[in-house]
Amino acid sequence: MKSLEELKKIKEETLKKVDLRKQKEGTRIVVGMATCGISAGARPVLMALLEEVKNRNLSDVIVTQTGCIGVCRLEPIVEVYRPGEEKVTYVEMTPEKAKRIIAEHIVNGKVVTEYTIGAYEK
Amino acid sequence: MNIYRAHVLICGGTGCTSSSSDKIQNEFELKIKEKGLDKEVKVVRTGCFGLCEAGPIVIVYPEGAFYSHVKVEDVEEIVEEHLLKGRIVKRLLYKDAVEEDTIKSINEVGFYKKQKRIALRNCGVINPEDINEYIAFDGYMALGKVLTEMTPEEVIQVVKDSGLRGRGGGGFPTGLKWEFTAKAQGDQKYVLCNADEGDPGAFMDRSILEGDPHSVLEAMAIAGYAIGANQGYIYVRVEYPIAVQRLEIAIKQAREKGLLGKNIFGTGFDFDIEVRLGAGAFVCGEETALIASIEGQRGMPRNKPPYPANKGLWGKPTLINNVETYANIPQIILKGAEWFRSIGTEKSPGTKVFALGGKINNTGLVEIPMGTTLREVIYEIGGGIPNGKKFKAVQTGGPSGGCIPADLIDTPIEFDTLTELGSMMGSGGMIVMDEDTCMVDIARFFLDFTVEESCGKCPPCRIGTKRMLEILEKITSGKGEPGDIEKLEKLANTIKSASLCGLGQTAPNPVLSTLKYFRHEYEAHVNEKRCPAGSCKSLLSYHIQEDLCKGCTVCAKVCPVGAISGERKSPHVIDQDKCIKCGACLEKCPFNAIVKK
Amino acid sequence: MEFKFNWEENKDKIEELKKVIEENKGKKGALMPVLHEAQRIFGYLPIEVQRMISEGLNIPLAEIYGVATFYSQFSLIPKGKYQIGVCLGTACYVKGAQAIIDKIKEELKLEVGGTTKDRKFSLQATRCIGACGLAPVMTINEDVYGRLKADEIPAILKKYME
Repeated sequence: MKSLEELKKIKEETLKKVDLRKQKEGTRIVVGMATCGISAGARPVLMALLEEVKNRNLSDVIVTQTGCIGVCRLEPIVEVYRPGEEKVTYVEMTPEKAKRIIAEHIVNGKVVTEYTIGAYEK
Repeated sequence: MNIYRAHVLICGGTGCTSSSSDKIQNEFELKIKEKGLDKEVKVVRTGCFGLCEAGPIVIVYPEGAFYSHVKVEDVEEIVEEHLLKGRIVKRLLYKDAVEEDTIKSINEVGFYKKQKRIALRNCGVINPEDINEYIAFDGYMALGKVLTEMTPEEVIQVVKDSGLRGRGGGGFPTGLKWEFTAKAQGDQKYVLCNADEGDPGAFMDRSILEGDPHSVLEAMAIAGYAIGANQGYIYVRVEYPIAVQRLEIAIKQAREKGLLGKNIFGTGFDFDIEVRLGAGAFVCGEETALIASIEGQRGMPRNKPPYPANKGLWGKPTLINNVETYANIPQIILKGAEWFRSIGTEKSPGTKVFALGGKINNTGLVEIPMGTTLREVIYEIGGGIPNGKKFKAVQTGGPSGGCIPADLIDTPIEFDTLTELGSMMGSGGMIVMDEDTCMVDIARFFLDFTVEESCGKCPPCRIGTKRMLEILEKITSGKGEPGDIEKLEKLANTIKSASLCGLGQTAPNPVLSTLKYFRHEYEAHVNEKRCPAGSCKSLLSYHIQEDLCKGCTVCAKVCPVGAISGERKSPHVIDQDKCIKCGACLEKCPFNAIVKK
Repeated sequence: MEFKFNWEENKDKIEELKKVIEENKGKKGALMPVLHEAQRIFGYLPIEVQRMISEGLNIPLAEIYGVATFYSQFSLIPKGKYQIGVCLGTACYVKGAQAIIDKIKEELKLEVGGTTKDRKFSLQATRCIGACGLAPVMTINEDVYGRLKADEIPAILKKYME
């Protein structure tokens, strides 16, 4: 160890790996991962979300999974919980859609209305 | 780099390891691989989570789901349900973590809610065998800051301003100790870490060494810079194999990273650390005895002064602090003395770790801000007394401490308040006692320990404690005579004032404090030959209540000495001459017809 | 009890000890680490080993003996591979624990507090272990045997003889 910078570099690199264990107050993105969700393709969606969050260094965002959300015909389903906002449910997700949601909803705070369950029901 | 979406943390503390948490880890790795999740889920072995009563413990992040009493057979279900399908396995969650069907994360569970973790901050969060994880949680940042931005005087000033006091027992201001050692004249100085945690029932130092060994190494290097030493020794009990092993690994990794060794951070500061093993002598927790032991002698204390700050290891100025004290240092450096002072009380800033045990629901390790009351610790964190029994007293400070009775339960926990009550902080053992615990017997238990561990150098301790033990044995076996209590008191006071070291000076505390608050129990033993708690075997007898006995013969069958007789379907009797008072009948009687008095 | 130190059989161990002494020579406070290593290598610290350490580190034998007897982790006699503990609490005693001890002594030609010549077994009489309902009780390492009869002893011991 020759300098403090070197230490900071190790810290930054490892932090990404252990960040998951810090308790966070921020946004939670939940992917429905019951059998129906997985068979409809929830896993690539989950991986895409994780990758986007990592690439954009969104340290305040948790991506996690849950069981069956209940509307199996609309799987894969992703729900976004942001502090102080109503829960937003996105349906029939794909990895591409997932990336757009991160960019528009999570980063810029604009709900991607066309992917939501409300839009689908209409 | 793999991106993991979930981390499975498995407790690798001594408690959970002895209930086979290593097998659970293997099973997790196996099952996760089987399901093809090994690129998504990471398994990490950490240090102690603290709630040992619920072990083996597994925590799954990001949810912070807190699984307790996990068995190898349960692993498949957790992997299948939680990790694959995202459904938390409620059945296996810690009992307080489920409330009205909502699942609480680990930080919201009652046991952890009131805690404030500074010394234990990384225990159960990081992998103690991976220095990078420690670095990720600000590890070695304090050392970096000290070496690049601060003078040794400034470091000592921060520690002094923080008001940190020694966590090993005495509560001496740490900053002053550092200052004395820094000012002492000597070509060579040493930094020692006292990890000879000997109090029966205290294991916080072990947990820190097992769960976060680097925090101690970092603090010792900081201390080395502050006092002008470049060599440190950690004196650790040989009875702690996991701690020793993790320390060795940590030292090796720190050397590889250049965080120990020559020219740290390119500042020209050299510091290295060696581990030295104790060999099973309680008295070596006393600092001069510890030094003698490292030097390769019998671990016997010597007179002070000169204090180790002036004349310590090999006659050189030596700084000696305990594990928990060191574990606080990096945080104090990073967050400042003001921050530390804002926690705890004015005279005892910061937190203290306690090992909660005895007649309490949540046995385990808790870190609380100083000033928290005993009531909060026992009822809100500890979950109260099991089996609906009545709380009677709490013993703090191990063999050097004393018993605090139930009516003082609202006392805030601080160094000085505990000492005023005739007990002491000690290293942080906290043993809870209920109505069934006999206070005379507890005093006898601790004296038995002291007699065994007295090094024999000074007569007050060597002979005096033995005489006290004999009197206590006499009293608990029903042979006490008038005048015994007074004799005990006199001996206690003499030993307290005449002994050479802390072991002897505090050895009478368990007797003096129980005499102070529970003198009536001593008197009942001596004058009425009665043990009010129903615990001293020689003073009680078992009886069958005729009206409740149905004559089922269970007691007669279970009695190991054949002392119970009677006709089937008619009341039985116990032959008091044959009865050895083992209590087997009382436990087995289906009608609660047997009483002890 | 006598344990003759077998120089021939311990040749490798002696070599190992010599190496340890060599490595630690000149190091400050070398005695404790060397004793720990010696205890690990030999399983105990016979006077012969203490003498070797004394010569190797140039520390008087009396001082080494003093240190070795001070700490409870160091043992001057070897412990058996299987440590037998017979409970001599009141319940066990009344139920015939003495007969159990006598039988073990006879079977293994062993005294209480001793270790067999082949160092397979050592025998200890313990205080009450709190299993009065199972009296009389014996433990062999981690295994617990309860409600024992003296004639069951040979069969139990045989399990550990292989």
